[in-house]
Amino acid sequence: MISVESLTKQYGRFTAVDHVSFTAAPGRVTGFLGPNGAGKSTTMRVMVGLTRPTSGRVTIGGRDYRELANPGLEVGVLLDASAQHAGRSGREILAIAQQTMGLPRTRVAETLARVGLTEDEAERRVRNYSLGMRQRLGLATALIGDPDVLILDEPANGLDPAGIRWMRDLLRGFSDDGGTVLLSSHLLHEIEVIADDLVVIGQGRIVAQGTKAELLAGAGTIVRTHDTDVLARALTEAGLVAHPVDGGLRVDAEPETVGEVALRAAVPLRELRGADGAGLEEMFLELTADTAREGAAA
Amino acid sequence: MTTATATPIPTTPPDERPARATRAIAPIPLTRLMGVELRKMFDTRAGFWLMASVGIVSVLATAAVIIWAPDSAIDQETFSSAIGFPLSVILPIIGLLSVTSEYSQRTGLTTYTLVPWRGRVITAKMLVTLAIGVASMFLALAVGAVGNLVGSAITGLDPVWNVTVTEFGQIVLANVLGMLIGFTLGVLMRSSAAAIVGYFVYSLVLPAALGTLAAFQEWFRDLQPWVDVNYATTRLFDSSMTAEYWQQLGVTTLVWLWIPLAIGLRAVLRAEVK
Repeated sequence: MISVESLTKQYGRFTAVDHVSFTAAPGRVTGFLGPNGAGKSTTMRVMVGLTRPTSGRVTIGGRDYRELANPGLEVGVLLDASAQHAGRSGREILAIAQQTMGLPRTRVAETLARVGLTEDEAERRVRNYSLGMRQRLGLATALIGDPDVLILDEPANGLDPAGIRWMRDLLRGFSDDGGTVLLSSHLLHEIEVIADDLVVIGQGRIVAQGTKAELLAGAGTIVRTHDTDVLARALTEAGLVAHPVDGGLRVDAEPETVGEVALRAAVPLRELRGADGAGLEEMFLELTADTAREGAAA
Repeated sequence: MTTATATPIPTTPPDERPARATRAIAPIPLTRLMGVELRKMFDTRAGFWLMASVGIVSVLATAAVIIWAPDSAIDQETFSSAIGFPLSVILPIIGLLSVTSEYSQRTGLTTYTLVPWRGRVITAKMLVTLAIGVASMFLALAVGAVGNLVGSAITGLDPVWNVTVTEFGQIVLANVLGMLIGFTLGVLMRSSAAAIVGYFVYSLVLPAALGTLAAFQEWFRDLQPWVDVNYATTRLFDSSMTAEYWQQLGVTTLVWLWIPLAIGLRAVLRAEVK
């Protein structure tokens, strides 16, 4: 359980993180979503004691990160997969983590296997690794201590589709065992397939949070027809709100309601479905548009 | 808005986690951190050769003395000076790199996450650095002694053992101070390139500048021993130290080493790690 309480971080007059509060719960994968520079990484660095907050605090399992006796055994952290010594082999980097945490040596080979790095790859120096391999190695460093909590900053970066699927299964299994997962991303599709809960951040502020199902439910219905204008009028008369989206309408209502309106107006439909991901994407763009960098002229 | 906190509780069986939460977690002992830091000094190609260079330089310097020094100069002191000079350049660089590599290679992100008490990491690094410094001096002593025996056997003269325990102690102290200066530059700069440049300015440019000043400005000549830390440290290599010399060493290292070291340590503890 990660609890962020009114966290604020200022750099001079610039506020990178502005009174951010949220919780990542055990048994759930919490997605931390926001455009680049929104404050995700700063928030995560504060969580693990690398950055001092200006005010507010973060607790993990009710305690400050620095109060943990051997943090690697309780919290697995991956902040930047490229922050590894290029001259060390993958195995050596993992062995350093194993030795620091005081774990048995056998855990290195086990964990390498768990993240899908072969013996041969593990012997190579990290300067010869692809970003995807570095992510796997970084994830191995986070997992080797068998922690209850994972904090991962953009872990899907550089993974191929099969890699993303693998990571989703891994994190799903971890949270099904009761673990807490917080992962950040600036890509909605990436996080949509993995997360149970979403926290959306824009320019240092939380703009939305809730379960993925809830945020999706609010996104309405997509409907397409040849007579868009006629349907739009009928929907408005029925007291519903319709927004035009490429070649169709997004309606703030259930598909069934929209279908009934169309039937009464005798408008033949080409498509009628819950807005799902499309709605979430629109929401993400909408929610972050006014706080995205275009508007941040200082 | 608060659903993220409200919904999940029922999804986790209440009896599932406590079993893991109650496992005893022992704190990380300093000796383990020292072991890790020692390992990190040897486990890259660059690091390995830097450490190996201590032994290689000792042997090369010894060989050079045997080949080129006149017979009359074949004594233990010649060997220790010949080995000591290059080592006094290498050892501070080992000290500064142990700190700066965490920043230049960005490994600090992992190091300080696994051990969020940075003071303990730095303490472990410093102790390991000093241990390497002292061990290097004993290695140099041993190589020099072998060189002295071989050299004497070649010249056919009796080996001359003219380095006293006190002199050796002073040489060790001088090198430990040198390593701490490297370490200080490391914690101040937190960048390998900047710290190495800083080190050469400190050990080459600064003494030359102060020496020139002393040569041309009468008023500075008496002041130099109280200002020039290299001047004060070098005397450990070749003088019997007087009380005044020790005082000058104390004053100059306070200004050039101990105060900057304290400032650097404070910066390391507070600075954001990115």
